[in-house]
Amino acid sequence: MPELHSSSRPVRYIEAITQRYERLGYPPYRWFRSADAPPFTPLDKPLSECRVGVLSTSGAYVAGQVAYHYKDDTSMRAIPKDTPSARIRFAHITENYLADPRRDPNCILPIDAFRSLEREGVIGELAPELFSCMGGIYSQRRTQGELVPEVAQRMLAQAVDVAYLVPM
Amino acid sequence: MSLIARDLEARGIVTFAMASALDIIEAGRPPRTVFVDYPLGHTTGKPHDPTDQYAVVRESLRAFVLMDRPDSLVRLSRRWSDDDDWKRSAMSADGGDTRAPRDTTPQYQTEADRMLAEAAR
Repeated sequence: MPELHSSSRPVRYIEAITQRYERLGYPPYRWFRSADAPPFTPLDKPLSECRVGVLSTSGAYVAGQVAYHYKDDTSMRAIPKDTPSARIRFAHITENYLADPRRDPNCILPIDAFRSLEREGVIGELAPELFSCMGGIYSQRRTQGELVPEVAQRMLAQAVDVAYLVPM
Repeated sequence: MSLIARDLEARGIVTFAMASALDIIEAGRPPRTVFVDYPLGHTTGKPHDPTDQYAVVRESLRAFVLMDRPDSLVRLSRRWSDDDDWKRSAMSADGGDTRAPRDTTPQYQTEADRMLAEAAR
């Protein structure tokens, strides 16, 4: 009897991508792995009173901004919350995943959904700027030393209570 | 992205991490995760389907606010399509390298973007 639910199991990306690179003779990509339990900050007020920041690691930028480059680009872009989604573009090293985001940025940068949730009062407020960066950075040292503190500084500067994070 | 979530949380910012790659997010262990079983590139919904996009985010928020301990993970019940054919190609180890060349020049989506950005400098 065939395995009825085999295809509804989540895709095992690490296994598939590791095998593909191995077959091509490329060095493996090293995903971040943590052996330690994550830190935890309790949510101490209702979402309807929270200022929410958004970060997408999809390489989003606004037309007129400098695009990301593909060699460990650890920079960020700020996307004003009133930006029409038709002006949002993408540059990310795994371009194969960008076909749909380039047609509709909301697939990976939920700007329209959050504007609706703000209007409806589900969230207190959407922070003035959404942020993007590019995933797929090979150097964890540079991610830790450059990108991570920059994200923290920008989120803290906007005084967000909650950061909503969307990976590529 | 797990690195960012863990750092922000340690600084007192509550983090809500979305994910479409379950194994990658489980390796990184952000404090709170909502898993959406959609192909990569669609973590907050289907293209040109604002109803789906809104529902993904709304349902995720309902789940996130109830999480009261680290390593919490909820899987949304939404499905990408009636069949799961997309998973077969996503799982394939065949095919070439899907990464673009690692180049340090900005990779504009369109030539018009390049001209706009260069004019702004």
